[in-house]
Amino acid sequence: MLRQIEGSRAVAETVAHCRPEVVCAYPISPQTHIIEAVGAMVKAGTLSPCEFVNVESEFAAMSVAIGASAAGARSYTATSSQGLLFMIEAVYNAAGLGLPIVMTLANRAIGAPINIWNDHSDAMAVRDSGWIQLFAETNQEAADLHVQAFRLAEELSVPVMVCMDGFILTHAFEGLDVPEQSDVDAFLPPYEPRQVLDPDDPVSIGAMVGPEAFEEVRYLAHLRQLDALARIPALAAEFSEAFGRQSGGLVSPYRTEDAETIVVALGSVLGTIKDAVDVRRDAGDRVGVVGITSFRPFPRDAVREALSGARRIVVVEKAFSIGFGGVLSTDVAMATHDADCSLRTVVAGLGGRAITRRSLEELLAAASRDELDTLTFLDLDHGIIERERARMTATRRSGPSAENILRDLGTVASRIG
Amino acid sequence: MFQVRIHGRGGQGVVTAAEILSVAAFSEGRHAQAFPSFGSERMGAPVVSFCRMDDRPIRTREPVMEADAIIVQDVTLIHQVDLFAGLLPEGYVLVNTSRSFDELGLGDLFGQFHRDHLVTCPASELALEQLGRPLSNAALLGAFAALTREITLDAIDTAVRDRFAGALGERNVAAATAAYRFVTLAEEQVRAATD
Repeated sequence: MLRQIEGSRAVAETVAHCRPEVVCAYPISPQTHIIEAVGAMVKAGTLSPCEFVNVESEFAAMSVAIGASAAGARSYTATSSQGLLFMIEAVYNAAGLGLPIVMTLANRAIGAPINIWNDHSDAMAVRDSGWIQLFAETNQEAADLHVQAFRLAEELSVPVMVCMDGFILTHAFEGLDVPEQSDVDAFLPPYEPRQVLDPDDPVSIGAMVGPEAFEEVRYLAHLRQLDALARIPALAAEFSEAFGRQSGGLVSPYRTEDAETIVVALGSVLGTIKDAVDVRRDAGDRVGVVGITSFRPFPRDAVREALSGARRIVVVEKAFSIGFGGVLSTDVAMATHDADCSLRTVVAGLGGRAITRRSLEELLAAASRDELDTLTFLDLDHGIIERERARMTATRRSGPSAENILRDLGTVASRIG
Repeated sequence: MFQVRIHGRGGQGVVTAAEILSVAAFSEGRHAQAFPSFGSERMGAPVVSFCRMDDRPIRTREPVMEADAIIVQDVTLIHQVDLFAGLLPEGYVLVNTSRSFDELGLGDLFGQFHRDHLVTCPASELALEQLGRPLSNAALLGAFAALTREITLDAIDTAVRDRFAGALGERNVAAATAAYRFVTLAEEQVRAATD
């Protein structure tokens, strides 16, 4: 049934329909509404049997999830930004141990300077942890991906992170269909652990492994992610059959047939990019866009295939590797290394900077004229940069740059977007 | 597509207002999208919320830069925030105040926009009468319905009752209705004066 509800609410209800047995989380914006809603359902008894564990930190949240999962319980948590960094040691452990925990990551920038708004720095910080990372374009997809995430995680014994843009999706009200309990039950069988801590059949999990076997353990984890490359589209197809709508998969192309310029991006910005693509198509530019839903495992073959007709690739990313450039761009470059096309990186939307359709239209027009630099920062205010550089040149003790820039701007929260 | 931007301060229900408006549009069979932009997470900080309504699915995620309507919930923002940035020439302005545009120092809006697209409404006072608290969002949505005719008062009432259960919902509906009547009357006076 279509309802006009908040993205966080939709995810919470969907997670509840997946029947997690242990939920442990520590609140952090913009994840809070999800975990509040799940907690309320546990307290009200509408999500039962389920234990909601109030923990004292994110490190504890992931540690409890690890313990619960190892004991055979379907386990769920959610976090954002600094919270993810605080739990990072346990994040790696969950993957290394092969425990099928599902976690929602409400994507948010990482400080300093402290910033509560959306970008993808947090997801990129755990890119190599061994978790599967799926990115949602809409709240419908965010909800649906959770159902697929539990199934995928448990089939492969790999933890899955569902990434949804903080505030832009988590706090957005839009019309969507929360997967029904009976449909979820039919899609997601009860959790059958591959390994379990059982007093009647004792095993050790997490023993020390030396040089004689560590590489093999890691290689097996890699193979499981390669298995996921086959399972993700299969589950998306099965989901579509059962629920009557497309969600998930590896990549999602839009108007790429005959496109000379193809944009690549992750997450909710794809919606705005599609609008910009339509405008530029009307103006005669042959442009399209490819959304990458599965960032880890990275679907190299599917990406190469989706971009095969392009002369120009423009990767729009909400994160970057300081001192180098694009993160997603590097993966896309690897996937298309033998193709005859140019690749440009556009860093956009850092710390919640609005990515506007107008800026994207100008970007696409510039790309079509081959006027884009290798690395572009969308809507960067060069005046601010020059003035702060001048202050730094003028005096040794120029003070903290972030605060200098705020003083320079003069007003707080006075701009729209 | 009709795009609304609401300006207020943390704790005043700015975000809730956009959400309720989106539910109202949804109840009329339209596509709608509401989302906030927090200045910072504290009471009193400037907050902006957005609502889009369309007959087609809405894909964009950008903030409302080119607004069809701007609702100002807190007049103390007037000289702090660029409230009317991007308001389209045919756009509407609704300000929560018992004062006039001239008294607020906003008289120059008359030269830029249609006179009957600009209205002030004492939504906080109307809410205070009905609710005992100056929570103006339902009243402002009633006023918005009267000003723009983009949504019916019935749809606003449905969405308000959906959000606030029981007596609280009814009192908010009463506040919305009072504001709707206030703005309808004000608009009639403006048209009579300009005819």
